[in-house]
Amino acid sequence: MSWFDRLSEGLSRTREQFSESMNVLFNRGPNLDQDFYDSLEEALIQGDMGAISASEIVEQLQETAKRKALPDAHSVLELLAETIADRFVEPEHDPFDTVPGVVLFVGINGAGKTTTVGKLAKAAVDAGHRVLIGSADTFRAAAIEQLDVWGERAGVEVVKRERGSDPASVCYDVIERAEEIGAELVLIDTSGRLHTSVDLMRELEKVVNVTRKRSKAPVSVVLVMDATTGQNGLSQAREFNRALQLDGVVITKLDGTAKGGIAVAVSREIGLPILRIGVGESIDDMRPFDALEYAHALIGEGGN
Amino acid sequence: MFDNLSNRLQDIFGGLKSKGRLTEKDIDTAMREIRLALLEADVNFKVVKSFITSTKERCLTAEVMASLTPGQNVIKIVLDELTKLLGVTDSKLVLSSRIPNVIMLVGLQGSGKTTAAAKLAYRLKKEGHSPLLVACDVYRPAAADQLASLADDIGVKIYRGDGKNPVAIAEQSIREAIDSLRDVVIIDTAGRLHIDELMMEEAAAIKKATKPDQILMVLDAMTGQDVVNVASAFAEKVDFDGVIMSKMDGDARGGGALSIRAVTGKPIKFISAGEKPDALEPFYPDRMAKRILGMGDVISFIEKASAIAEEEVSEEEAKRFAKTEFTFDDFLASMKQIKKMGGLSGLLSSLPGGDKALASGQVDEHELDRIEAIIHSMSAEERRKPNVINGSRRERIAKGAGVEVYDVNQLIKRFSETKKMMKKYSADMGGGKKGKKRHGRGSKGLGGLNLPDGFGDLFK
Repeated sequence: MSWFDRLSEGLSRTREQFSESMNVLFNRGPNLDQDFYDSLEEALIQGDMGAISASEIVEQLQETAKRKALPDAHSVLELLAETIADRFVEPEHDPFDTVPGVVLFVGINGAGKTTTVGKLAKAAVDAGHRVLIGSADTFRAAAIEQLDVWGERAGVEVVKRERGSDPASVCYDVIERAEEIGAELVLIDTSGRLHTSVDLMRELEKVVNVTRKRSKAPVSVVLVMDATTGQNGLSQAREFNRALQLDGVVITKLDGTAKGGIAVAVSREIGLPILRIGVGESIDDMRPFDALEYAHALIGEGGN
Repeated sequence: MFDNLSNRLQDIFGGLKSKGRLTEKDIDTAMREIRLALLEADVNFKVVKSFITSTKERCLTAEVMASLTPGQNVIKIVLDELTKLLGVTDSKLVLSSRIPNVIMLVGLQGSGKTTAAAKLAYRLKKEGHSPLLVACDVYRPAAADQLASLADDIGVKIYRGDGKNPVAIAEQSIREAIDSLRDVVIIDTAGRLHIDELMMEEAAAIKKATKPDQILMVLDAMTGQDVVNVASAFAEKVDFDGVIMSKMDGDARGGGALSIRAVTGKPIKFISAGEKPDALEPFYPDRMAKRILGMGDVISFIEKASAIAEEEVSEEEAKRFAKTEFTFDDFLASMKQIKKMGGLSGLLSSLPGGDKALASGQVDEHELDRIEAIIHSMSAEERRKPNVINGSRRERIAKGAGVEVYDVNQLIKRFSETKKMMKKYSADMGGGKKGKKRHGRGSKGLGGLNLPDGFGDLFK
């Protein structure tokens, strides 16, 4: 199965659902009346894009449609894809494909950080980079063991210490080891924490600062977010960004029925680029992000 | 910047309250704001729609419009409707008479099943049961290790079987429970996507093999609009009896709780709020509704406080309190209690307006640490008789605690204010004997700390 098929398949479920609601709109005929736009706004809200974002997008759409005298719903939907895609921020660089480099993965509990590190390590090895994984999640039970398994699958060494150690000093070890063996790309997993926990966010700040100070290679910090996340995703992104100056976001679990619309809001409101999307459970299911493709896929005409 | 739902509704009704008479247009404005706030809280779109319709209808009755206090009537109606949506009765975990009882947990990946399983086991253990935790997640690397480690922390037995076939492990665990005299079996299953046919069939097979008395679905409080799809699919394919809302200690408003009840009719049984094993609380719809509306979850908080106080307040302490011989040691003890209840932020967020105070940065969590350090730097005599603390002693204490003399002075000043207040308080109560001490414990801690105005009053 090619990556393209996998991406299409992963997103197709999302797409089917969205298409369904859009088809209902189509069946109402091409009348571009207020009802049409209201339904469009509803569909966007149900995709987790947020009530405010949704109404902004629809207003903008309505105005442009009027100015360009768009003839029917089809052309409006085409324009909708572009309008959504325009709201995404472009990344300045790809931290997973720029060597040498160090990437720290942060996020709330259960977002999929450890799995993401495993998958991206494999992708980097396949791309021909010398990779090292660091396990700075010294809090969650068995997080280290979990990462070990991923390291084995990707054929990458994992630097770790026993559970309960200071995560910042693990990072120190990781960089030291990376320099020893000449690793080009270092991926470091951190323990999940709620952005509202002052103490744990301070701990994370220290982890990031120590890594930034110790590493000669540029250090990036990436937020991992579950696609099922609702509007709280904005609060997560804002707080993590405030504490750590994030470089971007990875959206996981897009293979469910969640539409991941929060990605649109996060990119727009917080100004963070989406770097990768997770579209399945296998080790190769981490895909590069393409704004227009994502927007098209969301409204049911992307992929193929 | 998005405000949370409580703040939003407080703002809206602040506006309504100040008016003597409402017009239909006022109600519309409020409803539009409530709609937006509920959507921001991730309440499902359709649920919001029907909520707004029914609430508006009730608000437009003559009784409200002509009332002298229409704003308050609106608040009451919104609260009623919200409570109705959350389910009217308390939903507790009732075990059947079958031994062993079987509880099965299901949910999406990363929703918090394994952690919830351990918390549930800890709770049952504290209630006098002897649970057995069963590791049926054979897919996520080291998932069984995670459960084993958590089980070890709380001193509960775990069954892992061959670590390969989830259905067989679940089936054998019942036998294991009987053999090792366990009366409740808690089955932790793998996270699964609700649209993954094979995995959903597996969950159904585990259910068929073990005939659980209860199936609980674990749902992340931060889940967005997709809650409805997920819950409906699980309800249809596995069916479940109730929900554990996880990650409630974050700032997610947990609108999913509203949706899930409205769409599936299943009650929320527990909320899971914290990393510690005891951070699993029963779910009370009325309290949750009040909390969402910014009226504070005061009842939960008082229960929590008295449970901890009962454990710790010795008779001797109670007597000393009655005589108002309040010392720095008591002060320290009160602070430890506050820490146990989730620290200042935990305490404040359960009080009306507390979220607002937290958000505006009026509360410094590390204040407690500083105070503790200062008291620890005092000698036993100084703690008992603060009057002996003179200038040079203050300097020494400040040095010992790593703070400025100013901080020590502030603490002593606050301490004596608290003491004065307590004297007055216990005089008011005629000596403050049995039955009053719980409240007394609360005011001891609260009165002496730098809390926003009005908080101390709550416990008088």
